[in-house]
Amino acid sequence: MKKSVFLGALTVAGLAAGVAGAATVDDVKAAGKLNCGVTTGLVGFAAPDANGEWEGFDVGVCRAVAAAVLGDPTAVEFVPTTGKTRFTALASGEIDLLARNTTWTFSRDVDLKFTFVGVNYYDGQGFMVPKELGVSSAKELDGATVCIQTGTTTELNLADFFRVNNISYEPVPIETNAEAQQQFLAGACDVYTTDASGLAATRATFENPGDYAVLPEIISKEPLGPLVRHGDDEWGDIARWTLNALIAAEEYGVTSANVEELAAAPTDNPEINRLLGTEGELGAMLGLEADWAVKAIKAGGNYGELFEKNIGENTPIGLARGLNALYTDGGLLYVPPFR
Amino acid sequence: MSDTHAETVLFVRETMLEQQEPPSSIVGPVGWARSNLFNGWKNSLLTVLSLAFVFYLLSGLLPWFFSPTWYSTSLTECREILAGHEGACWGVIRERWLQLLFGFYPSELYWRPILTLILLLLALGPVLYTDYFPPKLLYFSAAFPFLMPWLLWGGSIWMPLMVAAGFGIGYAVFAAMMKVANAGISLFVAAVVAVLWWIFLAAPVANGIASLVPLLPLEPVPSRNFGGFMLSVTIGVTAIGCSLPIGIVLALGRRSDLPLVKVLCVCFIEFIRGVPLITLLFVASVLLNIFLPPGTNFDIILRVMIMVTLFASAYMAEVIRGGLAALPSGQYEAADALGLDYWKAQRLIIMPQALKISIPGIVSTFIGVFKDTTLVSIIGLIDPLGLANAIRADTAWNGVYWELFIFIGAVFFIFCFSMSRYSMYLERKLQTGHH
Repeated sequence: MKKSVFLGALTVAGLAAGVAGAATVDDVKAAGKLNCGVTTGLVGFAAPDANGEWEGFDVGVCRAVAAAVLGDPTAVEFVPTTGKTRFTALASGEIDLLARNTTWTFSRDVDLKFTFVGVNYYDGQGFMVPKELGVSSAKELDGATVCIQTGTTTELNLADFFRVNNISYEPVPIETNAEAQQQFLAGACDVYTTDASGLAATRATFENPGDYAVLPEIISKEPLGPLVRHGDDEWGDIARWTLNALIAAEEYGVTSANVEELAAAPTDNPEINRLLGTEGELGAMLGLEADWAVKAIKAGGNYGELFEKNIGENTPIGLARGLNALYTDGGLLYVPPFR
Repeated sequence: MSDTHAETVLFVRETMLEQQEPPSSIVGPVGWARSNLFNGWKNSLLTVLSLAFVFYLLSGLLPWFFSPTWYSTSLTECREILAGHEGACWGVIRERWLQLLFGFYPSELYWRPILTLILLLLALGPVLYTDYFPPKLLYFSAAFPFLMPWLLWGGSIWMPLMVAAGFGIGYAVFAAMMKVANAGISLFVAAVVAVLWWIFLAAPVANGIASLVPLLPLEPVPSRNFGGFMLSVTIGVTAIGCSLPIGIVLALGRRSDLPLVKVLCVCFIEFIRGVPLITLLFVASVLLNIFLPPGTNFDIILRVMIMVTLFASAYMAEVIRGGLAALPSGQYEAADALGLDYWKAQRLIIMPQALKISIPGIVSTFIGVFKDTTLVSIIGLIDPLGLANAIRADTAWNGVYWELFIFIGAVFFIFCFSMSRYSMYLERKLQTGHH
């Protein structure tokens, strides 16, 4: 019942999305705030602190877009969404941007009528096991009991992986990550599988993280990125190029600390000048102020700064850059030129 | 004969013996224990086993419970303080208890929900404890439903006043119509006029007056900032407060002789009872979003409140119908024999008895509804359980589990247990079976 209502809603959402259409940027400017959909709480990506201020890696994207459009990184209304409500919230216009560690898939992009504006985190599904199990590869997991969140793509990936490798497993369905932690620690399952970033965050909370290991296999591609409604390309461009600006800023060495200085007067690097609006008309082409990217970078720093502050190796989560390094460092982050 | 008798008996006591204390093995704690706990070897064995079990539980729980982690600022720090021992990490409650109570409500405005709660208790007083409060306070109770949204959401006071005016307008129309039509038609027309006023005119008129005469404007707080127990209590109180009158009307409608009224009530009750609450919440959060014209700003909390109220009303209607069915038909006949019309009979004879019979069921429904408010976390509202999840998403507290649920459970217990005790008090007070 729940599911059919949900699917029905999505179908209608798809139809409505075409209608809702045009000029999100005008609505955002008129309202003076950006309605940004985030998770109801995911370690490192979005969580409210003790004062109710949202913080995290996805939150950083929201704040950067708000800063670029409205000039104020605090002009964001964070709308907590669940896995079930996120797409209708976006399709119905309740939110203008969804930055909620959402995997970019064909059907979400094409069938549900959304536009993914980029990837802010390349994730993939991994496995965590207790070291005492003596397993060093996921292919040795024949007959294991696996804790798995129901109703997610991870469930399907898991089934695919075990079928391809011709080994069997016994799923232990769980509802939330918190429940999974308890079940896994209590020994209700041998293996816990979810996105590798989630595994790292979970492992970091254990009393003895050293007793547990994340297996080397990553069995799926999970490009997580912000998305907007299909059909409003102006708004999509703003979100896309704000994200690109953050990544480009890291590439060119523009940080929240030196952005003021670099933007004060044209530098010898024309690419930086065009990005920061001291040369060319890129801001005007987007329909924004010339210093839109300056404000976006000042909001929370460039991509690298956001990463280090929220999920990087100096945080308890301790994720390495891996695929999320710049292409110059062997990662996948490669933004088109600003010109 | 008496002389010989006097000589055969050696001793006759001439004073009464002082009454002795019963032996210590019969009374007091020892006596109680003997008669209740060690009454035979089976009982004694069970007692000893139970005591051992309780001791085992407490020896595990109490050291965990009383752990010196109140001032810690993260789970890691808790573990350092405990140095390998098992123990609760209470720092999370110290840091987040205000958030758990008030959600994201601006901290400088906390006085508003607190004042609302105090006024709520004051408004409930004359309704719940008729013996201890002056009846005149009932006027305040009637005003409270309009005061509450103004205090919580802020804005101008004209909006709640205009909503209240709708009732006045409805009554005026009803009174005017009564001169030309019968009660049913008058009531219908009055309801239609009032609803039209609320939907189309109340807001513009209130805004118009507010721009001319800004009376007591409070800083507006958007619904998004509602959370924690404040959200649960707001939804719960509204649903509880509205579901009782709606439930009574539905129960009466279901027993009505008018086929149209009866069919409408039966359909409503059976439809709502046939659908899980979570589905109604999804309708409120997801479907309505799409069916309403784009740009409509129909507050999500208001939508949820309406759905929870409808849900509770359907259950309430059946509980009250149970009470009505339990009344002997002699009561109905007696009311008719006295020449009372339908409404007078309901008000004076049927309802007081039917409601009294239904008290345990009504309060169970109330408690159930209040606890069901935690389901809103599934549609992304940050109720206490949703907030527990959000707090765990903070890197400092990721992995804290039981402490948050114990705190939330304890607060829920206080609310639900008070409701339950009140219902027992009310049953005792309304008891008429003793002679």
